[in-house]
Amino acid sequence: MIQISHVSKNYGTFDVLKDCSTTVSKGEVIVVCGPSGSGKSTLIKCVNGLEPFQSGEIIVNGTSVGDPKTNLSKLRAHVGMVFQNFELFPHMSITQNLAIAQVKVLGRKQDEAVDKGLKLLDRVGLKAHAHKFPGQLSGGQQQRVAIARALAMDPICMLFDEPTSALDPEMVNEVLDVMTELAQEGMTMMCVTHEMGFAKRVANRVIFMDHGRIVEDDSKEAFFANPRSERAQQFLAKILHH
Amino acid sequence: MNYQWNWSIFLQPTVVGDTTYLGWMFAGLQMTVMLSLSAWVLALLLGAVVGVLRTVPNKLLSGLATAYVELFRNIPLLVQLFIWYFVMPELVPQSLGDAYKQSHPVQQQFLAAMLCLALFTSARVAEQVRSGINSLPKGQKNAGLALGFTLPQVYRHVLLPMAFRLIVPPLTSEFLNIFKNSAVCSTIGLLELAAQGRQLVDYTAQPYESFIAVTVAYVAINVIVMTLMKLLEDKVRVPGYMGGK
Repeated sequence: MIQISHVSKNYGTFDVLKDCSTTVSKGEVIVVCGPSGSGKSTLIKCVNGLEPFQSGEIIVNGTSVGDPKTNLSKLRAHVGMVFQNFELFPHMSITQNLAIAQVKVLGRKQDEAVDKGLKLLDRVGLKAHAHKFPGQLSGGQQQRVAIARALAMDPICMLFDEPTSALDPEMVNEVLDVMTELAQEGMTMMCVTHEMGFAKRVANRVIFMDHGRIVEDDSKEAFFANPRSERAQQFLAKILHH
Repeated sequence: MNYQWNWSIFLQPTVVGDTTYLGWMFAGLQMTVMLSLSAWVLALLLGAVVGVLRTVPNKLLSGLATAYVELFRNIPLLVQLFIWYFVMPELVPQSLGDAYKQSHPVQQQFLAAMLCLALFTSARVAEQVRSGINSLPKGQKNAGLALGFTLPQVYRHVLLPMAFRLIVPPLTSEFLNIFKNSAVCSTIGLLELAAQGRQLVDYTAQPYESFIAVTVAYVAINVIVMTLMKLLEDKVRVPGYMGGK
Protein backbone atom coordinates (compact mmCIF):
# COMPACT_ATOMS: atom_id res chain seq x y z
CA MET A 1 0.00 0.00 0.00
CA ILE A 2 2.75 2.44 1.00
CA GLN A 3 6.34 1.95 -0.15
CA ILE A 4 8.94 4.34 1.13
CA SER A 5 12.34 3.82 -0.43
CA HIS A 6 15.54 5.70 0.32
CA VAL A 7 13.79 8.96 1.15
CA SER A 8 16.02 11.84 2.22
CA LYS A 9 15.08 15.41 3.01
CA ASN A 10 17.06 18.39 4.19
CA TYR A 11 16.51 22.00 5.11
CA GLY A 12 19.72 23.51 3.78
CA THR A 13 22.51 21.66 5.53
CA PHE A 14 20.23 20.10 8.14
CA ASP A 15 19.15 16.56 7.29
CA VAL A 16 15.64 15.85 8.50
CA LEU A 17 15.33 12.44 6.89
CA LYS A 18 18.23 10.22 5.92
CA ASP A 19 17.70 7.32 3.58
CA CYS A 20 14.43 6.11 5.09
CA SER A 21 12.90 2.93 3.69
CA THR A 22 9.94 0.89 4.80
CA THR A 23 6.71 -0.54 3.50
CA VAL A 24 3.20 -0.71 4.86
CA SER A 25 0.98 -3.46 3.50
CA LYS A 26 -2.78 -3.34 3.24
CA GLY A 27 -4.41 -3.75 6.62
CA GLU A 28 -1.22 -3.21 8.55
CA VAL A 29 -0.97 -0.88 11.52
CA ILE A 30 2.43 0.74 11.90
CA VAL A 31 3.41 2.85 14.88
CA VAL A 32 6.21 5.34 14.33
CA CYS A 33 7.93 6.52 17.48
CA GLY A 34 11.11 8.23 18.52
CA PRO A 35 12.40 11.30 20.35
CA SER A 36 11.38 14.85 19.35
CA GLY A 37 13.08 16.06 16.23
CA SER A 38 13.76 12.55 15.00
CA GLY A 39 11.80 13.20 11.78
CA LYS A 40 8.78 11.01 12.44
CA SER A 41 6.19 13.71 11.73
CA THR A 42 8.11 14.81 8.67
CA LEU A 43 8.20 11.23 7.37
CA ILE A 44 4.45 10.80 7.72
CA LYS A 45 3.81 14.16 6.04
CA CYS A 46 5.96 13.06 3.11
CA VAL A 47 3.59 10.16 2.54
CA ASN A 48 0.77 12.45 1.37
CA GLY A 49 3.07 15.09 -0.05
CA LEU A 50 2.47 17.78 2.58
CA GLU A 51 6.26 17.88 2.95
CA PRO A 52 8.38 17.65 -0.19
CA PHE A 53 11.51 15.50 -0.15
CA GLN A 54 14.67 15.76 -2.24
CA SER A 55 15.52 12.18 -3.03
CA GLY A 56 14.07 8.70 -2.86
CA GLU A 57 10.60 7.59 -3.76
CA ILE A 58 7.28 7.09 -2.03
CA ILE A 59 4.60 5.03 -3.75
CA VAL A 60 1.09 5.14 -2.33
CA ASN A 61 -1.32 2.68 -3.88
CA GLY A 62 0.69 2.65 -7.10
CA THR A 63 1.10 6.45 -7.35
CA SER A 64 4.46 8.13 -6.90
CA VAL A 65 4.11 11.01 -4.42
CA GLY A 66 7.31 12.78 -5.43
CA ASP A 67 6.57 12.74 -9.16
CA PRO A 68 5.79 16.32 -10.29
CA LYS A 69 3.19 14.93 -12.69
CA THR A 70 1.18 13.35 -9.86
CA ASN A 71 -2.10 15.04 -9.03
CA LEU A 72 -1.46 15.36 -5.30
CA SER A 73 -4.96 16.62 -4.48
CA LYS A 74 -6.45 13.51 -6.03
CA LEU A 75 -4.10 11.27 -4.09
CA ARG A 76 -4.65 13.09 -0.79
CA ALA A 77 -8.43 12.83 -1.16
CA HIS A 78 -8.04 9.11 -0.44
CA VAL A 79 -5.32 9.27 2.18
CA GLY A 80 -6.87 10.31 5.47
CA MET A 81 -4.82 12.40 7.85
CA VAL A 82 -5.37 13.32 11.48
CA PHE A 83 -3.33 16.12 13.03
CA GLN A 84 -1.96 16.87 16.46
CA ASN A 85 -4.09 20.01 16.77
CA PHE A 86 -7.24 18.53 15.20
CA GLU A 87 -7.49 21.30 12.59
CA LEU A 88 -11.24 21.27 12.26
CA PHE A 89 -12.46 24.34 10.39
CA PRO A 90 -13.66 26.65 13.18
CA HIS A 91 -16.17 28.63 11.10
CA MET A 92 -18.16 25.56 10.06
CA SER A 93 -20.55 23.44 12.09
CA ILE A 94 -19.47 19.87 12.82
CA THR A 95 -21.86 18.66 10.11
CA GLN A 96 -20.36 21.02 7.55
CA ASN A 97 -16.82 20.05 8.61
CA LEU A 98 -17.73 16.46 7.82
CA ALA A 99 -19.46 17.24 4.54
CA ILE A 100 -17.46 19.95 2.81
CA ALA A 101 -14.60 17.92 1.38
CA GLN A 102 -16.97 15.17 0.27
CA VAL A 103 -18.92 17.77 -1.68
CA LYS A 104 -16.09 19.92 -3.01
CA VAL A 105 -13.50 17.20 -3.63
CA LEU A 106 -15.42 14.00 -4.30
CA GLY A 107 -18.42 15.72 -5.88
CA ARG A 108 -21.00 14.07 -3.67
CA LYS A 109 -24.38 15.71 -3.15
CA GLN A 110 -24.76 17.77 0.02
CA ASP A 111 -27.51 15.48 1.47
CA GLU A 112 -25.53 12.37 0.73
CA ALA A 113 -22.40 13.89 2.27
CA VAL A 114 -24.26 14.99 5.40
CA ASP A 115 -25.81 11.51 5.80
CA LYS A 116 -22.43 9.87 5.50
CA GLY A 117 -20.86 12.38 7.89
CA LEU A 118 -23.55 11.89 10.50
CA LYS A 119 -23.21 8.12 10.31
CA LEU A 120 -19.52 8.41 11.03
CA LEU A 121 -20.17 10.98 13.73
CA ASP A 122 -22.47 8.47 15.38
CA ARG A 123 -19.72 5.90 15.14
CA VAL A 124 -17.30 8.09 17.10
CA GLY A 125 -20.08 8.68 19.63
CA LEU A 126 -20.79 12.35 18.93
CA LYS A 127 -24.05 12.40 17.04
CA ALA A 128 -25.61 14.77 19.56
CA HIS A 129 -23.01 17.43 18.71
CA ALA A 130 -23.67 17.63 14.96
CA HIS A 131 -25.02 21.18 15.05
CA LYS A 132 -22.24 22.59 17.24
CA PHE A 133 -19.06 24.35 16.19
CA PRO A 134 -15.56 23.00 16.83
CA GLY A 135 -14.84 25.66 19.47
CA GLN A 136 -17.71 24.30 21.55
CA LEU A 137 -16.24 20.79 21.82
CA SER A 138 -13.46 19.43 24.04
CA GLY A 139 -10.13 18.46 22.52
CA GLY A 140 -10.92 14.76 22.60
CA GLN A 141 -14.28 15.34 20.93
CA GLN A 142 -12.68 17.53 18.27
CA GLN A 143 -10.13 14.86 17.49
CA ARG A 144 -12.85 12.23 17.14
CA VAL A 145 -14.68 14.53 14.73
CA ALA A 146 -11.41 14.96 12.83
CA ILE A 147 -11.10 11.19 12.50
CA ALA A 148 -14.71 10.97 11.29
CA ARG A 149 -14.00 13.76 8.79
CA ALA A 150 -11.06 11.81 7.37
CA LEU A 151 -13.09 8.58 7.24
CA ALA A 152 -15.90 10.32 5.36
CA MET A 153 -13.58 10.47 2.34
CA ASP A 154 -13.43 6.64 2.22
CA PRO A 155 -9.66 6.63 2.65
CA ILE A 156 -7.52 3.70 1.52
CA CYS A 157 -5.23 4.35 4.48
CA MET A 158 -5.00 6.70 7.44
CA LEU A 159 -2.07 8.76 8.69
CA PHE A 160 -2.06 9.91 12.31
CA ASP A 161 0.37 12.63 13.34
CA GLU A 162 0.59 12.55 17.15
CA PRO A 163 -3.21 12.49 17.49
CA THR A 164 -3.21 12.49 21.28
CA SER A 165 -0.27 14.77 22.09
CA ALA A 166 -2.35 17.92 22.46
CA LEU A 167 -5.03 16.32 24.60
CA ASP A 168 -5.69 16.43 28.31
CA PRO A 169 -4.71 13.06 29.79
CA GLU A 170 -8.29 12.09 30.53
CA MET A 171 -9.26 12.54 26.89
CA VAL A 172 -6.51 10.42 25.40
CA ASN A 173 -8.36 7.15 25.75
CA GLU A 174 -11.54 8.18 23.97
CA VAL A 175 -9.41 8.94 20.89
CA LEU A 176 -7.29 5.81 21.22
CA ASP A 177 -10.45 3.72 21.50
CA VAL A 178 -11.67 5.04 18.15
CA MET A 179 -8.26 4.34 16.61
CA THR A 180 -8.15 0.84 18.07
CA GLU A 181 -11.57 0.04 16.67
CA LEU A 182 -10.46 1.32 13.30
CA ALA A 183 -7.33 -0.83 13.39
CA GLN A 184 -9.35 -3.90 14.29
CA GLU A 185 -11.61 -3.32 11.32
CA GLY A 186 -8.59 -3.70 9.06
CA MET A 187 -7.79 -0.07 8.19
CA THR A 188 -4.24 0.49 6.97
CA MET A 189 -2.76 2.92 9.45
CA MET A 190 0.50 4.74 10.00
CA CYS A 191 0.53 6.40 13.43
CA VAL A 192 3.12 8.70 14.88
CA THR A 193 2.50 8.41 18.60
CA HIS A 194 4.09 8.03 21.99
CA GLU A 195 1.25 5.87 23.23
CA MET A 196 3.11 2.60 23.71
CA GLY A 197 0.04 0.94 25.18
CA PHE A 198 -1.73 1.54 21.89
CA ALA A 199 1.30 0.22 19.99
CA LYS A 200 1.36 -2.94 22.09
CA ARG A 201 -2.36 -3.46 21.63
CA VAL A 202 -2.86 -2.95 17.92
CA ALA A 203 0.37 -2.35 16.02
CA ASN A 204 1.73 -4.95 13.62
CA ARG A 205 5.08 -3.24 13.42
CA VAL A 206 6.91 -0.49 15.22
CA ILE A 207 9.30 1.90 13.52
CA PHE A 208 11.75 3.72 15.75
CA MET A 209 13.42 6.85 14.39
CA ASP A 210 16.35 8.90 15.62
CA HIS A 211 18.12 11.82 13.94
CA GLY A 212 16.23 11.34 10.70
CA ARG A 213 17.02 7.65 10.36
CA ILE A 214 14.83 4.62 10.73
CA VAL A 215 16.77 2.83 13.43
CA GLU A 216 14.38 -0.04 14.06
CA ASP A 217 11.64 -1.50 11.93
CA ASP A 218 10.40 -4.63 13.56
CA SER A 219 7.36 -6.54 14.69
CA LYS A 220 5.97 -5.12 17.90
CA GLU A 221 6.83 -8.28 19.80
CA ALA A 222 10.48 -8.06 18.81
CA PHE A 223 10.58 -4.30 19.36
CA PHE A 224 9.22 -4.31 22.88
CA ALA A 225 10.88 -7.53 24.01
CA ASN A 226 14.25 -6.97 22.56
CA PRO A 227 15.08 -3.68 20.78
CA ARG A 228 18.33 -4.10 18.88
CA SER A 229 19.69 -0.55 19.01
CA GLU A 230 20.95 1.07 22.15
CA ARG A 231 19.02 4.26 21.35
CA ALA A 232 15.70 2.40 21.22
CA GLN A 233 16.53 0.63 24.48
CA GLN A 234 17.17 3.98 26.17
CA PHE A 235 13.99 5.43 24.70
CA LEU A 236 11.85 2.54 25.86
CA ALA A 237 13.45 2.51 29.28
CA LYS A 238 12.52 6.15 29.70
CA ILE A 239 8.96 6.11 28.46
CA LEU A 240 7.90 2.70 29.76
CA HIS A 241 9.17 3.62 33.18
CA HIS A 242 5.81 4.46 34.63
CA MET B 1 -15.48 87.67 20.07
CA ASN B 2 -17.64 89.55 17.74
CA TYR B 3 -19.02 86.81 15.55
CA GLN B 4 -22.49 86.90 14.11
CA TRP B 5 -23.86 83.34 14.31
CA ASN B 6 -26.33 82.71 11.55
CA TRP B 7 -27.53 79.13 11.28
CA SER B 8 -30.32 80.09 8.94
CA ILE B 9 -27.69 80.67 6.27
CA PHE B 10 -28.11 77.07 5.21
CA LEU B 11 -31.69 77.67 4.16
CA GLN B 12 -30.87 80.71 2.05
CA PRO B 13 -30.53 80.35 -1.71
CA THR B 14 -26.95 80.43 -2.95
CA VAL B 15 -25.55 83.41 -4.77
CA VAL B 16 -25.64 81.38 -7.95
CA GLY B 17 -29.25 80.66 -7.20
CA ASP B 18 -29.27 76.98 -8.08
CA THR B 19 -30.22 75.70 -4.62
CA THR B 20 -29.79 76.53 -0.93
CA TYR B 21 -26.42 76.39 0.85
CA LEU B 22 -27.69 73.24 2.54
CA GLY B 23 -28.18 71.87 -0.96
CA TRP B 24 -24.46 72.45 -1.63
CA MET B 25 -23.63 70.59 1.52
CA PHE B 26 -25.78 67.67 0.45
CA ALA B 27 -24.20 67.66 -3.00
CA GLY B 28 -20.79 67.48 -1.31
CA LEU B 29 -21.93 64.74 1.04
CA GLN B 30 -23.27 62.76 -1.89
CA MET B 31 -20.00 63.13 -3.76
CA THR B 32 -17.96 62.04 -0.72
CA VAL B 33 -20.14 58.97 -0.16
CA MET B 34 -20.17 57.96 -3.83
CA LEU B 35 -16.45 58.45 -4.21
CA SER B 36 -15.54 56.64 -0.99
CA LEU B 37 -17.91 53.72 -1.43
CA SER B 38 -16.88 53.01 -5.01
CA ALA B 39 -13.21 53.30 -4.06
CA TRP B 40 -13.81 51.01 -1.06
CA VAL B 41 -15.40 48.26 -3.15
CA LEU B 42 -12.47 48.35 -5.56
CA ALA B 43 -9.96 48.49 -2.68
CA LEU B 44 -11.51 45.45 -1.00
CA LEU B 45 -11.42 43.38 -4.19
CA LEU B 46 -7.89 44.40 -5.15
CA GLY B 47 -6.67 44.16 -1.56
CA ALA B 48 -8.07 40.65 -1.15
CA VAL B 49 -6.35 39.45 -4.33
CA VAL B 50 -3.02 41.11 -3.56
CA GLY B 51 -3.14 40.01 0.09
CA VAL B 52 -3.71 36.40 -0.94
CA LEU B 53 -0.92 36.56 -3.52
CA ARG B 54 1.50 37.74 -0.84
CA THR B 55 0.97 34.45 0.99
CA VAL B 56 1.19 31.98 -1.92
CA PRO B 57 4.24 29.71 -2.31
CA ASN B 58 5.00 31.02 -5.82
CA LYS B 59 7.91 33.46 -5.37
CA LEU B 60 7.17 35.49 -8.50
CA LEU B 61 3.53 36.12 -7.57
CA SER B 62 4.29 36.96 -3.95
CA GLY B 63 7.14 39.22 -5.08
CA LEU B 64 4.87 41.14 -7.45
CA ALA B 65 2.25 41.50 -4.73
CA THR B 66 4.87 42.81 -2.30
CA ALA B 67 6.07 45.35 -4.87
CA TYR B 68 2.47 46.50 -5.37
CA VAL B 69 1.93 47.00 -1.65
CA GLU B 70 5.19 48.87 -1.13
CA LEU B 71 4.55 51.12 -4.12
CA PHE B 72 1.11 52.29 -3.08
CA ARG B 73 1.79 52.35 0.63
CA ASN B 74 4.96 54.40 0.53
CA ILE B 75 3.97 57.35 -1.65
CA PRO B 76 1.98 60.12 0.05
CA LEU B 77 -1.69 60.07 -0.87
CA LEU B 78 -1.57 63.66 -2.14
CA VAL B 79 1.33 62.89 -4.48
CA GLN B 80 -0.47 59.82 -5.79
CA LEU B 81 -3.55 61.93 -6.45
CA PHE B 82 -1.56 64.46 -8.48
CA ILE B 83 0.09 61.64 -10.43
CA TRP B 84 -3.28 60.10 -11.29
CA TYR B 85 -4.82 63.44 -12.22
CA PHE B 86 -2.00 65.31 -13.91
CA VAL B 87 0.59 62.72 -15.02
CA MET B 88 -1.29 59.53 -15.90
CA PRO B 89 -3.33 61.04 -18.78
CA GLU B 90 0.02 61.86 -20.46
CA LEU B 91 1.52 58.40 -19.86
CA VAL B 92 -1.32 56.23 -21.14
CA PRO B 93 -1.73 55.63 -24.91
CA GLN B 94 -2.67 58.91 -26.53
CA SER B 95 -6.15 57.91 -27.65
CA LEU B 96 -7.03 56.94 -24.10
CA GLY B 97 -5.49 60.13 -22.70
CA ASP B 98 -7.43 62.24 -25.22
CA ALA B 99 -10.68 60.49 -24.43
CA TYR B 100 -10.04 61.19 -20.75
CA LYS B 101 -9.31 64.85 -21.34
CA GLN B 102 -12.41 65.30 -23.46
CA SER B 103 -14.72 63.85 -20.84
CA HIS B 104 -16.63 66.05 -18.39
CA PRO B 105 -14.25 67.70 -15.89
CA VAL B 106 -16.16 66.24 -12.93
CA GLN B 107 -15.84 62.80 -14.48
CA GLN B 108 -12.11 63.33 -14.88
CA GLN B 109 -11.75 64.37 -11.26
CA PHE B 110 -13.94 61.56 -10.01
CA LEU B 111 -12.11 58.87 -11.96
CA ALA B 112 -8.66 60.05 -10.87
CA ALA B 113 -9.79 60.44 -7.26
CA MET B 114 -11.47 57.05 -7.15
CA LEU B 115 -8.53 55.15 -8.62
CA CYS B 116 -6.14 56.99 -6.32
CA LEU B 117 -8.12 56.24 -3.15
CA ALA B 118 -8.85 52.67 -4.23
CA LEU B 119 -5.28 51.69 -5.00
CA PHE B 120 -3.83 53.48 -1.97
CA THR B 121 -6.34 51.75 0.30
CA SER B 122 -6.02 48.38 -1.45
CA ALA B 123 -2.36 48.20 -0.43
CA ARG B 124 -3.39 48.64 3.19
CA VAL B 125 -6.25 46.15 2.89
CA ALA B 126 -3.81 43.68 1.30
CA GLU B 127 -1.55 43.93 4.33
CA GLN B 128 -4.45 43.14 6.62
CA VAL B 129 -5.61 40.23 4.52
CA ARG B 130 -2.07 38.87 4.57
CA SER B 131 -1.75 39.24 8.33
CA GLY B 132 -5.15 37.60 8.78
CA ILE B 133 -4.11 34.60 6.71
CA ASN B 134 -0.73 34.35 8.42
CA SER B 135 -2.27 34.49 11.88
CA LEU B 136 -4.21 31.26 11.24
CA PRO B 137 -2.57 28.04 12.48
CA LYS B 138 -0.35 26.57 9.77
CA GLY B 139 -2.10 23.23 10.24
CA GLN B 140 -5.32 24.65 8.76
CA LYS B 141 -3.79 24.84 5.32
CA ASN B 142 -2.36 21.33 5.69
CA ALA B 143 -5.71 20.01 6.90
CA GLY B 144 -7.40 21.42 3.82
CA LEU B 145 -4.75 20.04 1.49
CA ALA B 146 -4.84 16.64 3.22
CA LEU B 147 -8.58 16.39 2.50
CA GLY B 148 -7.82 16.76 -1.19
CA PHE B 149 -8.61 20.46 -1.64
CA THR B 150 -6.54 22.27 -4.24
CA LEU B 151 -4.67 25.35 -3.02
CA PRO B 152 -7.34 27.76 -4.38
CA GLN B 153 -10.02 25.66 -2.63
CA VAL B 154 -8.06 25.84 0.62
CA TYR B 155 -8.06 29.64 0.36
CA ARG B 156 -11.71 29.81 -0.62
CA HIS B 157 -13.17 27.39 1.95
CA VAL B 158 -10.67 27.26 4.81
CA LEU B 159 -8.33 30.25 5.07
CA LEU B 160 -10.21 33.29 3.79
CA PRO B 161 -13.48 32.79 5.70
CA MET B 162 -11.53 32.84 8.98
CA ALA B 163 -8.98 35.46 7.91
CA PHE B 164 -11.73 37.94 6.97
CA ARG B 165 -13.49 37.40 10.28
CA LEU B 166 -10.27 38.11 12.13
CA ILE B 167 -9.61 41.36 10.28
CA VAL B 168 -13.04 42.97 10.55
CA PRO B 169 -11.83 45.43 13.22
CA PRO B 170 -8.76 46.70 11.30
CA LEU B 171 -10.81 46.76 8.08
CA THR B 172 -13.28 49.02 9.88
CA SER B 173 -10.44 51.50 10.43
CA GLU B 174 -9.58 51.41 6.75
CA PHE B 175 -13.21 51.91 5.83
CA LEU B 176 -13.30 54.99 8.08
CA ASN B 177 -9.99 56.19 6.67
CA ILE B 178 -11.18 56.13 3.09
CA PHE B 179 -13.96 58.62 3.91
CA LYS B 180 -11.52 60.90 5.70
CA ASN B 181 -8.86 60.53 3.00
CA SER B 182 -11.39 61.46 0.36
CA ALA B 183 -11.13 65.06 1.59
CA VAL B 184 -7.72 65.19 -0.10
CA CYS B 185 -9.53 65.04 -3.43
CA SER B 186 -10.72 68.61 -2.98
CA THR B 187 -7.19 69.59 -4.07
CA ILE B 188 -7.91 68.62 -7.68
CA GLY B 189 -11.14 70.58 -7.60
CA LEU B 190 -13.57 67.77 -6.89
CA LEU B 191 -16.51 69.30 -5.05
CA GLU B 192 -16.86 66.78 -2.24
CA LEU B 193 -17.85 67.56 1.32
CA ALA B 194 -14.71 69.41 2.45
CA ALA B 195 -14.59 71.44 -0.76
CA GLN B 196 -18.21 72.44 -0.40
CA GLY B 197 -17.46 73.55 3.14
CA ARG B 198 -14.69 75.81 1.93
CA GLN B 199 -16.86 77.13 -0.88
CA LEU B 200 -19.52 77.96 1.67
CA VAL B 201 -17.04 80.02 3.65
CA ASP B 202 -16.08 81.94 0.52
CA TYR B 203 -19.68 82.73 -0.38
CA THR B 204 -21.26 83.33 3.03
CA ALA B 205 -18.42 84.44 5.32
CA GLN B 206 -19.84 82.08 7.96
CA PRO B 207 -16.81 79.82 8.55
CA TYR B 208 -17.92 78.40 11.91
CA GLU B 209 -21.31 77.21 10.71
CA SER B 210 -19.78 75.83 7.51
CA PHE B 211 -17.08 73.78 9.13
CA ILE B 212 -19.28 72.64 12.00
CA ALA B 213 -21.70 71.32 9.40
CA VAL B 214 -18.87 69.59 7.53
CA THR B 215 -17.59 68.07 10.77
CA VAL B 216 -21.02 66.81 11.76
CA ALA B 217 -21.46 65.25 8.33
CA TYR B 218 -18.13 63.36 8.53
CA VAL B 219 -18.88 62.18 12.06
CA ALA B 220 -22.33 61.02 10.98
CA ILE B 221 -20.87 59.01 8.09
CA ASN B 222 -18.35 57.36 10.35
CA VAL B 223 -20.81 56.56 13.11
CA ILE B 224 -22.95 54.80 10.52
CA VAL B 225 -19.91 52.90 9.18
CA MET B 226 -18.84 51.85 12.67
CA THR B 227 -22.34 50.68 13.55
CA LEU B 228 -22.68 48.65 10.36
CA MET B 229 -19.26 47.06 10.79
CA LYS B 230 -20.07 46.18 14.39
CA LEU B 231 -23.28 44.50 13.24
CA LEU B 232 -21.29 42.63 10.61
CA GLU B 233 -18.73 41.55 13.20
CA ASP B 234 -21.46 40.16 15.45
CA LYS B 235 -23.21 38.45 12.57
CA VAL B 236 -20.15 36.52 11.37
CA ARG B 237 -18.85 35.69 14.85
CA VAL B 238 -17.94 32.02 15.14
CA PRO B 239 -19.53 30.13 18.06
CA GLY B 240 -16.98 28.98 20.61
CA TYR B 241 -14.24 31.10 19.07
CA MET B 242 -12.91 34.59 19.85
CA GLY B 243 -15.54 35.57 22.37
CA GLY B 244 -18.36 34.02 20.37
CA LYS B 245 -21.05 32.10 22.18
